[in-house]
Formats: sequence, C-alpha cells, structure tokens
Amino acid sequence: MKKRASIIGGAAAIAATFVVFVIPFIFIVLMAFKDRQQSALRDFSWPTGFHLWENVFEVVKTRNWMMITAFINSSIITVVSVTLLVIFAAMVGYVLARRRTRWNGLIEFLILAGLMVPPAVVPTIWLLQGLKLFGTLHGMILVEVAYNLPFSIILYRAFVSTIPRDLDEAAIIDGARPLDVFFRVVLPLLWPVTVTNIVVQSVGIFNDFTNPLYYLPGNANATVQLTLYNFQSQFSTAYNLLFTNILLITIPPLLVFLFFNRQIVAGMTAGAVKG
Amino acid sequence: MSASTMAGSPGQTETRAIKRSPYPGWFFTPAAIVYTVLFLAPTFASLYFSLTRWTLFDATFIGLDNFAQFLREPFLIKGLINTVIYAVVTSGLKVVVGLLLAVMLTSQIVARGYLRSVIFFPVLVSTVGVGITFTVLMHPTQGMINEGLAIFGITGPGWLTDPNLALYSVALVDVWKGVGLATVIYIAGLVAIPRDYYEAARIDGATPWQNFWYVTLPLCRPATSTVITLSFIGGLRTFDLIWAMTKGGPGFASDTIASVIYKQYQAGFYGLSTAGNVVLFILIAVLVVPLTMFLNRKQGHE
Repeated sequence: MKKRASIIGGAAAIAATFVVFVIPFIFIVLMAFKDRQQSALRDFSWPTGFHLWENVFEVVKTRNWMMITAFINSSIITVVSVTLLVIFAAMVGYVLARRRTRWNGLIEFLILAGLMVPPAVVPTIWLLQGLKLFGTLHGMILVEVAYNLPFSIILYRAFVSTIPRDLDEAAIIDGARPLDVFFRVVLPLLWPVTVTNIVVQSVGIFNDFTNPLYYLPGNANATVQLTLYNFQSQFSTAYNLLFTNILLITIPPLLVFLFFNRQIVAGMTAGAVKG
Repeated sequence: MSASTMAGSPGQTETRAIKRSPYPGWFFTPAAIVYTVLFLAPTFASLYFSLTRWTLFDATFIGLDNFAQFLREPFLIKGLINTVIYAVVTSGLKVVVGLLLAVMLTSQIVARGYLRSVIFFPVLVSTVGVGITFTVLMHPTQGMINEGLAIFGITGPGWLTDPNLALYSVALVDVWKGVGLATVIYIAGLVAIPRDYYEAARIDGATPWQNFWYVTLPLCRPATSTVITLSFIGGLRTFDLIWAMTKGGPGFASDTIASVIYKQYQAGFYGLSTAGNVVLFILIAVLVVPLTMFLNRKQGHE
C-alpha cells in the first residue's frame, strides 16, 4: 500500500519536474536543430530537417569567429583566476584556521563584507584605468579573484580545521620551512576541498556575465556570455542561431555537472549544516 | 557582527611564539593585496564619488544631490522598491519550494537521482542563456507557456509585457534557476537531523504533518538561515537575469537598483551610478544584518 503510494507520488514528481525543468532544455536543443524559418515559429515541434551542424558553423564563424575568441578568453580567465584563487585562498584559510592573532577578527569581518557588499563598479573601472588594466584579461582575472576570494577562503578555513595539527607540526619539527610545510604537506591534504573550489568557482566565473560586461568591453575581449548578449540583438529573428549559441555555452557546465556533481553540491552546501 | 560565530573551532587559542610562527602572517599578503586594491579601495572610493558629479577625469563635489535624486525620481524609487520585492519573493519561494523538494527527495521516492539532477542542473547553466530562453517561452502569443496554457483553455498573461507582472515573471525564472541550490542545501540540512527525533515522534504517535512542523522545520533552521541569507543577498544584487529578460522594462516596471546602476553607467552619469551602488550597499546592510542576527538568535534558543 505504502509502496504503491510512493510509486504514484514518484511518477507525479517525475512528470512535474519533467515539464518544469526538462522541457525548457529540450526546447533549446530542438531550436538548435531547426532552420531559420521553422525556428521563427518558436513552437515546441520536431525539426523538419537536421540543421545542427550548419547552425553551429554559422554561430562559430559569425563576427569574424568571435565565438572562438570568446571561448579562448573565457578559458584563460577561468583557468588563471581559479588557479590564483586556490593558492591565495588556501594560504589565507590555512593560517587563519591555525593561528590566532588579533587580526583574525578583522579578517573574518572583511570576508563577510566581501560576501555581502556589492562591488563598486565605476570606481573599480576608474582604478583599473589608472592601473592600465581596464579592458584587459589581466584586469578581469584580478577582479574575479578579488570578488571570489571570500567564498574560497571560507571553504578552505573550514576544511583546514578538520586536518590534525600533528601533521604540519611534525613537518615543522623536522625543520621544514613554512612554504614547504604549506605546499608539500598541507596543500596536498586539502585536495578534496581544492577540487570543490575549482569546480564551483570555474562554473561561476565561466558563467559570469555582469563583470565582463563592465570591465571587459570590446569585441576583441568578448567572453562567451557576452557573445550571447551580442547575438541577441544581431539575430533578433534568427532564433535557431541564438539557441545554438545557448546550447554551445551550456556544454561546459554540463560536462562539469556530469563529472563533478558531488563536489559541486559539497561546495555549495558547505556551511548549511553548521550555519 | 556574526564574526564570532564564524570563528574556527576553539581549543586553538594557545599562544604561539609570534616572532617566528610556522604559520607566517605574510601568507595573507597575496590575497590581501588583490582584495584591497580591487575590492576595498573602490568600495571606499565609492563613498566619495557618490557625492560628486563625475566624468572619470574630474569630479565635482555636489554633496548629497545624487542621493536626493534617488529619492526624488519616480523611476529610481521604483527601482528601489522593485529590488526589495524581488529579493523577498525569490528568497521566500526558494525557501518554501526548496524545502518541499528536499523533503520529497529525502523520502522513499522513486528516481531520486534523476529528480535531484534535474532540479539542480539549472543552477550551473548560464543565467543569460536561461533568461533568453524564458523570454522566448514567455512570449504572450507565440511563447510555449501560453500556448501550453491555451490547450487547457487558459489565456496566459503577457508575462513580460504586462508592467504589473514583468518583475514577478523574472523572479519566477530566478526561482526556477536557483531552487536547485536551495534544495541541495536543505537536503544537507535534513540528512543531518538525527533519526532519533523522528523515532521519538513516531512513538508519541505524531502525524506526518506534526513530524514536519515540530521536528523537521525547527531542526533544519541552519539550512533555512543559509538559504534565506544567500538568496536574499543574491536577490538584492540581481542584474544579469533582469538585463537578459526585460532590461528593466516595460518602461521602468522591472528595474532594480543593479539595472539602474548599469543604465546610469551607460548614460555616463558615473556619480549617480556610484550613488546607486552605495544605496544598494546601505539597503543590503540595513536588511541583511538584522536578518542574519534574527536567524542566528533564534538558532541559539533551540
């Protein structure tokens, strides 16, 4: 009796989530397969022909292969800023969890402030211009690092406090210098949370739209999210291309989701239980 | 503030030799430099520049004029109100729907893995991509949503074209995209509740509803507090989804502070745009600090 109820409930849940969460994605895929005429109808119908490869080619070569540039730019920004984030945040999280100084209170406060305070956009642009970094990948990378540091530090600090002190103290007694202790003993032990950090931050930075919009103007510097924005006005009628573009930029997060599902969930729910 | 609750585990308070600590303070410097230069410095600079008429090259001090304008111009006030509505609606719905989905997903339901994946995946998808997709789906006559409703004989509204509805439609899409995160946070909270409580409730003959109301709900309060805080701050700061879907329109009907900041920036009113930033900052501080204090205080009494 109870079992049957759970099966009926399950079927209802599957049907409901299918309509709400899956159909929009099927819609994206179907649109990407259609030709321009059919896609203009914007209805939920089977494509009359297979046009995916044409659409992909068309999207990729538009605006002088802007999509390729954008994928390269986004990859550079994501890889470099996540690397810096991991190293910088692990160093802070490690010392913050291990050592009590009068600075700790201030640092905790700054971390919380970083999570809450909205970045001051125009002053940042003004500052980047002063540093000759405005509109450059370097500038963009540093901005991403600065904005995402607090979250990474919180993840690291929580994890470091679960690692027994004996491990780094043993290395210290053996005469290892602080940098060696950190890079050879502690950082490898932090691997699980490093993976979480890499995955969560990569998705966030790859999907970031607002910051590149402000700090990285110009077609030469376009990131993948901005190609979508440009395409939207350019192809106001070519829905097949617009949705092919959406499909293309959804592939990287999809791959991450398939391979690192557990780490993402772990990272995003960190602190939920402890509060 | 809640800095003390965030502090690491106790028992590490032993005073170490400060002069040559194996945990050197300079480990903070790389992070501190980037954070100070690109986050703290602009934040402090914004306090000054929000009081000026600013062209990036020179700034004329005009006192509180920018803020006065924010409280005078109807469309800027509208943006302020919209921001609060948006944050309340999205975080409220995420709490309710996220908790219900999490309860469902931690019960003996079939196809849990499928359901969890399907609900969570939108969290990882590009916000702008989601926004554009739903703009197409929400088209009043040619959109799939209204065509679907028409099958059941319902005339769907102009989701994004009706000025009274546009903001809520965007908020709904925000919930669609973000509820997966709320759900996994709640799942983490729910599985951490010791089974004994349910066992005791069962012996006392509690109904499923009493179980939920008197056991689950109070004991997953840390998760609730995380979900509310995260989605409330996120809601107040939302820009990309609004920009992708309505650009603040129709008219100024779905403008929020973040979209106003961008519009003023585009128009070259840098001082006003920066004042918008400060207003948003004040709004977050005024609403979120008491909110987190309230949530944490309740937690202490449990």
